[in-house]
Amino acid sequence: MASAPLLEIQAIAFERDDRTLFSDVSVCLAAGEIMQVSGPNGCGKTTLLHILATLKPPAHGQMLWRGDDIRADRFGYLADIAFIGHQPGLKLALSARENLIWCARLHGLPVSGKIDMALDRAGLSHCKDVPCSTLSAGQLRRVALAVLHLREALLWLLDEPLTALDHEGISELEAMFRSHLGEGGIIVFSSHQALSLAGVRNLPLTEYAASLN
Amino acid sequence: MFGESSFGGILRRDLLLAFRRGSDVLNPLFFFMMTTSLVPLATGPSASQLALIAPGIIWITALLATLLTLDGMFKDDFADGSLFQIILSPQPLWLLVLAKVLAHWLVAGLPITLVAPLLALMLALPDAGYVPMVIGLAIGTACFSMVGAVGAALTVALQRGGVLLSLIVMPLYFPVLIFGASAVHRAVEGQDYYPVLALLGAFFTFALLTAPFAAAAALKVGING
Amino acid sequence: MWQMTGRFIRKWFHRLGSPRWFYQVTGKWLPWLALVTVGLLMVGSLWGLGFAPQDARQGNSFRIIYIHVPISVLSLAGYYVMAAAGAVALIWKVKLADMVMVSAAPLGAALTFLALLTGAIWGKPTWGTYWVWDARITSMLVLLFLYLGVIALNQAFTSRDTAYKACAILSLVGTVNIPIIYKSVDWWYTLHQPATLKLTGASTIHPSMLKPLIIMILGFYSFYALVLILNTRAEILTRERRSSWVKELREP
Repeated sequence: MASAPLLEIQAIAFERDDRTLFSDVSVCLAAGEIMQVSGPNGCGKTTLLHILATLKPPAHGQMLWRGDDIRADRFGYLADIAFIGHQPGLKLALSARENLIWCARLHGLPVSGKIDMALDRAGLSHCKDVPCSTLSAGQLRRVALAVLHLREALLWLLDEPLTALDHEGISELEAMFRSHLGEGGIIVFSSHQALSLAGVRNLPLTEYAASLN
Repeated sequence: MFGESSFGGILRRDLLLAFRRGSDVLNPLFFFMMTTSLVPLATGPSASQLALIAPGIIWITALLATLLTLDGMFKDDFADGSLFQIILSPQPLWLLVLAKVLAHWLVAGLPITLVAPLLALMLALPDAGYVPMVIGLAIGTACFSMVGAVGAALTVALQRGGVLLSLIVMPLYFPVLIFGASAVHRAVEGQDYYPVLALLGAFFTFALLTAPFAAAAALKVGING
Repeated sequence: MWQMTGRFIRKWFHRLGSPRWFYQVTGKWLPWLALVTVGLLMVGSLWGLGFAPQDARQGNSFRIIYIHVPISVLSLAGYYVMAAAGAVALIWKVKLADMVMVSAAPLGAALTFLALLTGAIWGKPTWGTYWVWDARITSMLVLLFLYLGVIALNQAFTSRDTAYKACAILSLVGTVNIPIIYKSVDWWYTLHQPATLKLTGASTIHPSMLKPLIIMILGFYSFYALVLILNTRAEILTRERRSSWVKELREP
């Protein structure tokens, strides 16, 4: 059943100010797999996601995407991933549509009806054109998730995607995850909470923390 | 086309935001006007005295007004996560930084350049000085934005980086100030000022070719604050 | 054969980059370096301040150039040391170079300030004023600001890694700008005496005054190396305080 791994993380380590946050993290993820990075605050979940998104270089180790070193074709890798951090990257003075238009342009996607479709899929059909400052926290999260619909990226890297979501929002997110995984996508996310999805692999980051010497 | 690319996307969004938040354009302009008006209050209203120092005063207050706006070049985007998205765009970062610099100049430097003649009038600048002043300020404020981007990138994650940013960027502004103010002085004294503006243009070209790359590298370092 | 050379170079590069190795090796050499420094400075000062002939125009006040000129030379050279260390740290990720860069910044700033101070002291009896805005002095002032910027930037970050990388970038940006700034200030105003010490061609300074000056310059280079090494050692101990060899130093 094991298909060829799309994302291979090999012996990734990260140090900050001579303190090793984690080391020797090795995981292989194939299409349709989802992994949760868990651990207490400060153990490096956000850092690992940043490394996976190539925002930070690891101290050691490498990552392979479709069998090739990511560093060899960084732009190719970036085109295949979508990263949503703690802050979703939305301007409150702009409307949801305008924010998505910016995202589209940033990633070289045409500005088309797909934006409307993405906003509709995220459940925002009635507030597409009002300034985001008037939206609730949950609605803002949905705008961020609408970006995922728009980008159609294979690998989703999500840092704490469950924040500010209520029960309904969480189940909608899970449905979104399920459909993405069904289409062969990969999801890596960090969270304290557990999802009610089958087959979520767990990466407890504290197990990779260096022992204090 | 151009407007649909990443470069265009960043430029359009920044201009749209500045247009909606009018204070982005107006505040530095008001600062520029007010500090320039402080000078006669401090030195006396004698027109001949003001005319002597007018080129320098306008250049200095233009520099200070630009410095004030520099902090926000990347910081707003860093605060709401947009900066990460920019860095993760499959376009070279130096190109996107250039878009940011252009947007910053259009919002801060260009209005200052256009208002400067009015202030020069109030400071009794002789007629010969106006043209070199406007040309010089147009190029000079562009230099300020370009070189300042490196400092803004280095301090992007620092909470109170405003004064620090001014400290690290100001020494790099000295040549711009020297050439810009000298051009106006020479024009007022009846000498040829084109060579000086050419030197200013050379500095701008050098900054254009190097600063975007330095700022891109600085951004990748600075986001780890 | 090439493999062996490569391995040899890599081994030494690795060694040179190790703070612990640096600390241990300099620990052995430091007393000798201090001796050389003190020797050169004493000989140079006594010769220059006491025995070299008076200047035709300036009388005895010119003697301060035996301190002013070496310090000025070092303050500019020190910036390039700092920037080069930063470049090595940035490109090859050598930790030791980071520490050298950060140690060179306050040292260079202090030297630049002293250069300006001694210049002012020289200026009063010679030209009647403590300060004049000419090319040399103004450029030296800009150099001081560049140093202060690096020091301030270093202080601003809580993460040492980011601080070092940011300072390296800033030092390099400053390096690229120093010639531009010098030339522009030079173009703007030239009043200062032409350089009395040229590296090529005949100097315009009399040999009997030149020799003690050279000794003082060498002495100050030695002084710079000494203080830089001392500062770097302190930085090493601070940064590596959690490692075993530092702990052994404290409680053998």
